[in-house]
Amino acid sequence: MPEVLQAPLVVEFPFTRSLGPVQSAFLTGLRERVVLGVKTGDGRTLVPPVEYDPVTAEEIRDLVEVAPAGTVTTWAWNHEPRRGQPLGTPFAWVLVRLDGADTALLHALDAPGPDAVRTGMRVRVRWAEERTGAITDIACFEPYDGEPGQPGRHTGEFEDPLTGIVAPARLDYTYSPGRAQTAYIQALSEQRTVGERCPSCRKVYVPPRGACPTCGVATAEQVEVGPRGTVTTFCIVNIKARNLDIEVPYVYAHIALDGADLALHARIGGIPYDQVRMGLRVEPVWTEGSRYPDHYRPTGEPDADYETYKELL
Amino acid sequence: MTSEEAPAAREIAVVAFAQTDHRRSTEESSEVEMLMPVLHEVLAQTGLRAADIGFTCSGSSDYLAGRAFSFTLALDGVGAWPPISESHVEMDGAWALYEAWTKLLTGDADTALVYSYGKSSPGSVRDVLTRQLDPYYVAPLWPDSIALAALQAQALIDAGHTDEPALAAVGARSRADATANPHAQLKGQLPYGGYVVRPLRTGDCPPVGDGAAAVILAAGERARELCERPAWIRGIDHRIEAHALGVRDLTDSPSTRLAAKKAGAFERPVDTAELHAPFTAQEVILRRALRLGDDVRVNPSGGALAANPVMAAGLVRIGEAAARIHRGDSGRALAHATSGPCLQQNLVAVLEGDPR
Repeated sequence: MPEVLQAPLVVEFPFTRSLGPVQSAFLTGLRERVVLGVKTGDGRTLVPPVEYDPVTAEEIRDLVEVAPAGTVTTWAWNHEPRRGQPLGTPFAWVLVRLDGADTALLHALDAPGPDAVRTGMRVRVRWAEERTGAITDIACFEPYDGEPGQPGRHTGEFEDPLTGIVAPARLDYTYSPGRAQTAYIQALSEQRTVGERCPSCRKVYVPPRGACPTCGVATAEQVEVGPRGTVTTFCIVNIKARNLDIEVPYVYAHIALDGADLALHARIGGIPYDQVRMGLRVEPVWTEGSRYPDHYRPTGEPDADYETYKELL
Repeated sequence: MTSEEAPAAREIAVVAFAQTDHRRSTEESSEVEMLMPVLHEVLAQTGLRAADIGFTCSGSSDYLAGRAFSFTLALDGVGAWPPISESHVEMDGAWALYEAWTKLLTGDADTALVYSYGKSSPGSVRDVLTRQLDPYYVAPLWPDSIALAALQAQALIDAGHTDEPALAAVGARSRADATANPHAQLKGQLPYGGYVVRPLRTGDCPPVGDGAAAVILAAGERARELCERPAWIRGIDHRIEAHALGVRDLTDSPSTRLAAKKAGAFERPVDTAELHAPFTAQEVILRRALRLGDDVRVNPSGGALAANPVMAAGLVRIGEAAARIHRGDSGRALAHATSGPCLQQNLVAVLEGDPR
């Protein structure tokens, strides 16, 4: 069996998130170097603040300022910082209960080494120089041996409150399509199309995925199909896709390759879009160095009889 | 029966269990290629065909392999034509089993196929799991799964409930037990290793790997037809705690305790417990929450420290507990599954064999 293909795959998405009144006040506060908590019905102060009491589910809106200094409730030494984490040098993850708060906030603590960190140690906020209204406006915490922090009296009212944040995310993968699809892709690079035949129902699946979805059994027997095929159904695309250099309108079609029991889809070219029809006989057009057909074009044969492809619609 | 009468609850049992050999990487296989042998094996154990199954439910997460709607492709391995009754949870398969159990309770089906799978090898599972965190206050800091477990472990050490040598012993016992488990990924004597995120060392953390598992559930007499000694689900319950870590007492697991109470775990002692504790400190927390004494056999399979296919490891715990009952090694077993950071969500099932 040939080696299974692999390729890097990056999944990246900037989530635009709207903020509720409490989150808005908290993150706007960070921008203004003010740390806010929220009071629950039974008098606890939650930092970071939430809109609903995690115990009673009661709606809570009563914002109070807490001190930018507090006490480490637990910690963990991170000697190998990873991408996106608050500090690029070794640091401690900490949960910090700020003075005036009853719950703890997760962040990073800048300390020279694990021996300089302990539960119960005093720390204070180090503000980021540029603040936008995000949890990262707290650059990190730092050791602090001053007086207990005195909370201010901010009420959480700001002139220019944030209404949303953009939270970017990026995950890196190595994509591997598995045995069946590797064989399919490698055959394509030789300008051949291979499917796999189900040992049970004998249908030939293109592209193969290693399993017959009807019988739920593994497929392994490779079958070369095409190159010619029949248009079973199609649509006319009138909207230009971004980064796609194809003039609209164009036709996208399901094509049953000769010998296949499943239609695959591809663009139809070499014929005016309004002359494409069900039953049209087509063949692939390869461009130099491409790993898949650029499009399919008419072969000039008579149209296929409906009875020959009606099961493949 | 009139509509006023509540029907007697149906007895439902795990009648078959299969799992892959869990491995660091299965790059040669697609998800369905990895899953399919397990589906065939679990069906073969009962003699059922896919068409005989009343309800199918699966658990997986697209984030692991970075593939959208990957569970729909995995359905190719089930044989979903003619159309079947099917559902999916974006969670560990233990929660898919819970859904299947409720479906069987309604009487709409007599048998259910539950499966789950996870391929962690294509990406970095430490980074992937950050995406399940609070997107406003926590996820932008990218605290990885080991970092959060390390915070929990340090809290446990500070509270005096354990220390680093005791945690090392949990890891060593798990991997020693795993030598009897042909499917385990890490087994035998392994070096404890250096700190990953202190206080957790390599030996305190689960292996990263790919794997799949499947079970078949059956109700009442159907279960007795399909299995010589069914593992009856006497109770099953799942509970969740506040998402924010700073709100919770990380040294305890009240959700596990409550789920266990609702599942009837405290009514009579169990002889076996399969705990989904990917980190050594979490086993310490779960033993305390579940009041498990030293006479209870904990994780004879090696547990998640020996193989932790994300999204399947919880279902594997239920399957391993059931398999011990099938074999007659256990009379009453507890199975536990977890999800989310620092044991946020917990499921407990109590399984029993017929008296012999």
